[in-house]
Amino acid sequence: MSDKDGKLSKNMKILKDKMLDTISGVPLLGWLFGILIAVLLEHFAGDLLVDVLGLPKIPVLFGCVIILKKPLMIPGAMLYMLLIYILPISIVARLSSVPANRVAAKLLDYPMFVSVLIHIALFYASLYIWSEISAYRVLTLKLTLVAIILTLSLNVINGYMGEFSCSHPGFMALGAYGASVFTVLLFANDKIFGHALLPPSLGPFMFPIALIIGGITAALGALVIAIPSFRTRGDYLAIISLAFLFIVKSMIENLEVVGGPRGLSSQPDYAGLPTVFMWTVACIWITNNFVRSTLGKALNAVRDDEMAADAMSVNTRRTKMVAFLFAAFWAGVAGGLFAHVLRYVNPGTFGLQKLAEVLAMVYFGGLNSVYGSIVGAVSLSLLGEALRPLEIFKWIIIPLLLILVMIYRPTGLIAFKEFDVGKLIKPKQRPGKEV
Amino acid sequence: MALLRVEKMSHEFGGLRAVNHYDLEIEKGQIRGLIGPNGAGKTTIFNLITGIYKPTEGDILFEGKKITGLQPHQIAACGLGRTFQNMQLWRHMTVLEHVKMARYSRITYGLIGAFFGTAERYRQEEEIEVIAYRLLKMVGAVHLADQIVTNLSYGDQRRVEMARALSLEPKILFLDEPTAGMNPEELINMMDIIRKVHKELGLAIFLIEHRLKVVMELCQIIQTLNFGQVIAEGTPEEIQNDPKVIDAYLGRETVA
Repeated sequence: MSDKDGKLSKNMKILKDKMLDTISGVPLLGWLFGILIAVLLEHFAGDLLVDVLGLPKIPVLFGCVIILKKPLMIPGAMLYMLLIYILPISIVARLSSVPANRVAAKLLDYPMFVSVLIHIALFYASLYIWSEISAYRVLTLKLTLVAIILTLSLNVINGYMGEFSCSHPGFMALGAYGASVFTVLLFANDKIFGHALLPPSLGPFMFPIALIIGGITAALGALVIAIPSFRTRGDYLAIISLAFLFIVKSMIENLEVVGGPRGLSSQPDYAGLPTVFMWTVACIWITNNFVRSTLGKALNAVRDDEMAADAMSVNTRRTKMVAFLFAAFWAGVAGGLFAHVLRYVNPGTFGLQKLAEVLAMVYFGGLNSVYGSIVGAVSLSLLGEALRPLEIFKWIIIPLLLILVMIYRPTGLIAFKEFDVGKLIKPKQRPGKEV
Repeated sequence: MALLRVEKMSHEFGGLRAVNHYDLEIEKGQIRGLIGPNGAGKTTIFNLITGIYKPTEGDILFEGKKITGLQPHQIAACGLGRTFQNMQLWRHMTVLEHVKMARYSRITYGLIGAFFGTAERYRQEEEIEVIAYRLLKMVGAVHLADQIVTNLSYGDQRRVEMARALSLEPKILFLDEPTAGMNPEELINMMDIIRKVHKELGLAIFLIEHRLKVVMELCQIIQTLNFGQVIAEGTPEEIQNDPKVIDAYLGRETVA
């Protein structure tokens, strides 16, 4: 019996190695191409396949909702996933690996940003076609992208600098209201601020300014936290920042000018998918640039040993200040985008639950890592949506998952890993062929 | 003019006078030692000079300029490098990142460069990388450049700390027990490195050490400290035979 088991596991291992071997030679370009083909397939043949398989409609979030709601449809949903996503992506990626490698190698001759832009464009095309299927997908996607900005910016404080800040939803609220007041006041007719002051056609061009104003509002709020953070660390800072979160929340609740507890609505519809996507890419790019420079690495030095950092000429005050303001700025931008995606904000959104959500994304994904933030934000956002049919059980499963991650990988799934774009986009060689 | 001059420096922790009217003068290229029993105030003196504590009284002059009361990073940027008794390395960072980090004060690309990855930033980062590799080579740790420091052996960690301090381009190097906890082989290796950096970079070195062998072989002038006060100062031979030093280390024989 055990012999048979051994043989079986050996076969499994060989199979696994073979599978790894076939996919390891595929560069990122090949994968993106595969994904593009898969979403195109869904776009054109999705409805047909749905009819054949007897599903009610195209499964919006990879079939999770259907599986959980109607267990009888599990085979159909699984088959749909296999036929639309898994098989096309892997087959196309595998088949295109040789030309894709050649293209990727060719792109190395040009400046790196050319290659990066091509990758991003390809990825955006896939996302766009994927999200076109339903409005729900668009909304989920936008909120996921906003979550990435938020998680990444919190990771700068909690991961890279190793402080425990709890004020992120507060920064987000400041950003959301800052940006909303700007756009609603200037470009929208609404009950609170009256008629638009400027022609609404100007609005979309001013939206980046609105977001930057939101970010700066949040950064100004962060100054309040940054100053005590020079003196306190650890628990004390956590308490101060938590207090800040409540101050912001109750301040907005009592500000009748911006609608008080009823919230602020009628934001113009400026936050389309391309806008949100571009801001997310910008945030990832700038944050990654920052944390990989020696000035950004100073955050790690301050975290690991502040006294040594100081003795090695690192200006620790400036470093902490920059990190706080930087993170708050991006949280504010995320807040501004959030407000314009939902086109409504109320102070209740930016409470403890939001804090728990962001913290979970940071610690689940991995500290001190851009990859980790992306993985954490995407997986928890999608999981939160996909498990919606479970209702209350969702709040048992997700925390349970978090606990498991904390037990087996205490610093998160992908912690302390550098996000090296150059490495990511370069052509891959199959390990077997090198020898 | 002396490179570093400390005049009548005193420091109190609460009511305890940890350092009392301490004077020091170090010339360019000199190696000086500071010895004394545990708790004599040696590390406190290091921390006072490098700005971690502020002296209650007295002045510190570096190249004729008063540095008393400056922030530690400002003092470090002036050219005072140091190592720590318990090697305060950054545990998640690689060896190369350690050495590059100490160039912080010389980076001029600013936040714009850091955020947007300007050409100037890449040029400067490359430049400090070259310097970092040169220093790692000097201390014999170039093969460890990409390792996380916590994976290194004790002796290697000491060498990394040395390279990190040198990367500041200091004019004077403060070594706080550079050979603590080392085996004989590592000890000889470390002494070679100290001699080498002294010779090649022409640094002044001020070192705290418990192993008399190291102090006697390396230092030109030695100070002995007890209860925060200098009790003897002189060449290694003088110190070795000074009755007050012997008293401080071994205690006085009480004759009934």
